[in-house]
Amino acid sequence: MTLDAHTAQDTEFIQLLTPEGERLEHPDYPLTLTDQQFRDLYRDLVVVRTLDGAAVALTRQGELGLWPSLLGQEAAQVGSGRALGAGDMVFPTYREHGVAHCRGLPFLNILKLFRGVDHGGWDPKEHGFHLYSIVIGTQTLHATGYAMGIQRDGRHGTGIGDAAIVYFGDGATSQGDVNESFVWASVNDAPIVFFCQNNQWAISEPLERQTRIPLYRRAQGFGFPGVRVDGNDVLACLAVTRRALDLARTGRGPTLVEAYTYRMGAHTTTDDPTRYRDSDELEAWRLKDPIARLKAYLSREGLASPDFFDEIDAHAKREAAALRKACLALPDPPPAELFDRVYADPHAVLEEEKAAYDSYLAGFR
Amino acid sequence: MTEMIETMPRPRSETLTLAKAINQGLRKAMADDPKVLVMGEDVGRLGGVFRVTDGLLKEFGAERVIDTPLAESGIVGTAIGLALRGYRPVCEIQFDGFVFPAANQIITQLAKMRMRSRGAVELPVVVRIPCGGGIGAVEHHSESPEAYFAHTAGLRVVACADPADAYRMIQQAVACPDPVVFFEPKRRYWDKAQVDPAAESVPFGRAVVARPGTDATLLAYGPMVKTCLEAAQAAQEDGRSLEVVDLRSLSPLDTATILESVRRTGRCVVVHEAPVFGGFGGELAARVAEHCFYHLEAPVLRVGGFATPYPPSRLEDHYLPDLDRILDAVDRTFSW
Repeated sequence: MTLDAHTAQDTEFIQLLTPEGERLEHPDYPLTLTDQQFRDLYRDLVVVRTLDGAAVALTRQGELGLWPSLLGQEAAQVGSGRALGAGDMVFPTYREHGVAHCRGLPFLNILKLFRGVDHGGWDPKEHGFHLYSIVIGTQTLHATGYAMGIQRDGRHGTGIGDAAIVYFGDGATSQGDVNESFVWASVNDAPIVFFCQNNQWAISEPLERQTRIPLYRRAQGFGFPGVRVDGNDVLACLAVTRRALDLARTGRGPTLVEAYTYRMGAHTTTDDPTRYRDSDELEAWRLKDPIARLKAYLSREGLASPDFFDEIDAHAKREAAALRKACLALPDPPPAELFDRVYADPHAVLEEEKAAYDSYLAGFR
Repeated sequence: MTEMIETMPRPRSETLTLAKAINQGLRKAMADDPKVLVMGEDVGRLGGVFRVTDGLLKEFGAERVIDTPLAESGIVGTAIGLALRGYRPVCEIQFDGFVFPAANQIITQLAKMRMRSRGAVELPVVVRIPCGGGIGAVEHHSESPEAYFAHTAGLRVVACADPADAYRMIQQAVACPDPVVFFEPKRRYWDKAQVDPAAESVPFGRAVVARPGTDATLLAYGPMVKTCLEAAQAAQEDGRSLEVVDLRSLSPLDTATILESVRRTGRCVVVHEAPVFGGFGGELAARVAEHCFYHLEAPVLRVGGFATPYPPSRLEDHYLPDLDRILDAVDRTFSW
């Protein structure tokens, strides 16, 4: 059997909710949720998609410089995000708006970054959510080092300790940093979950430009488990991430989770996917929509009424309107922001430049 | 507290090599703060290829002295993560020419995280780099990449020149809340000098006049400080008094000490091993020219490596500034 033939056949993943909204059981990933928890997941998915859409609209209107939409990846992000504990630390890429929402980071903070007000100036400790990382794959090493710090704090192997989770995409798996982080995490048994959202596209490059084997199987070569999950199934993403975090917390080292999903939108608002992919592919994935399947399940099981869905939609729209208003009201930062947070201790060259620029500006007053 | 200090034995002054002085400085920093870690290739059992971390594994254990996988980006990238968790990692890059795989983590992440987070994130990471040539090494083992890092806002870039200073400077680097790139002149690792642990430290980031003089100023750092001191000694025998300023820090730059010296002497020669073209000496020359224009008797001259890759070791004596090339430049400033 050739490698290609094997790859083509390997389409298995963990699924707990089919695209039609049918609930499946899996022996390794039992999941019991209350009715309210099911409804909360639905609310998260809708709110995240609606706010993401509002950000796309703001970009189209020239209010944001750029927006990387998460459209289609809501389940991967909300499912994994809701698996996290308070002490866990998330290391995101620049598309993890859904995880940010789960960590309680106000969406407005993300908009500030893309409006150019700051570079993402939130305090990572406040929400257990590190800054967005724009250079692809760099954050995987930060997460691994952080996990090594957890080990050194003695908060490890007890089952109640903290863990790190790092997000990255299919394109990032070609980066040296990602592969180095796999080595580091593996030889250190670091308490970390590698959460790869395989959305099939790295801007215009399809998955086959990055790999000849399914991504989750890469983990085996590094000496830790890899698992593929239906990334459009919020329940499976929740269960699989929970288990991976549990392994990390109990001293059983890293896990690679490949969330198999699809980037329904453009890479960012400056991208034009019609140049490189077929609409047929998009239509096929539209049938696997993460929100539609949960809605179908909630309806069929009688867990939510039509009023509930209407109320969630209205709630999300109110949130989006408030976000839009707050975004437009963001003030430009003062020029002192240029100089004041580069170093903790005074830096002679910067102080000199700041004084010179202050006096230059004073000439216009 | 006062009584305690009085009853503690005063640390002994002793003769140490530069490598041993850094070693002792690291040992002190690790003893003072349990969050300080040492990490890099071969830093544990071997004690580093230059033995700068010798004995630290035995004293502080494998949790704090980490023999890392062989990947420089990984060393700095995981150090950033450890710092995010509250640790103070001191990374060793084995040789100057091997820092480039880590350059992405240093430049795009380490240097910028503080501004990116609007001050919420502090990364007290030290990246130690043995630098410079003169040891007859193979390619990639003799380079002087300091200008790349001095050009990167968010980093502090320092270079030690002698054992006594290095002992203190490494401790200051570890204590610094900002990321520090710490250059160690590898050909001076075996030079010995008296190190008094109780001596007062020159503030971090400050230059010092290593030898006072009246006729011309030599600006140098790292390995070239000693060469300049030797040149000044030779010039003295010819009746010329050269002042040598050891910059110690490239970023920030102690411009005041430099300008004060050049205003007194009226002549300035900048010396470094790195290529002159696009090198840090250009920044020094520009600053001196801008601020000492009416004090200068001659243009600022630069002595350094050529605009070539670092040559095979049988040619390095031609490439590296030596006493004669420095004195030749001094002569030229006098014949202007």
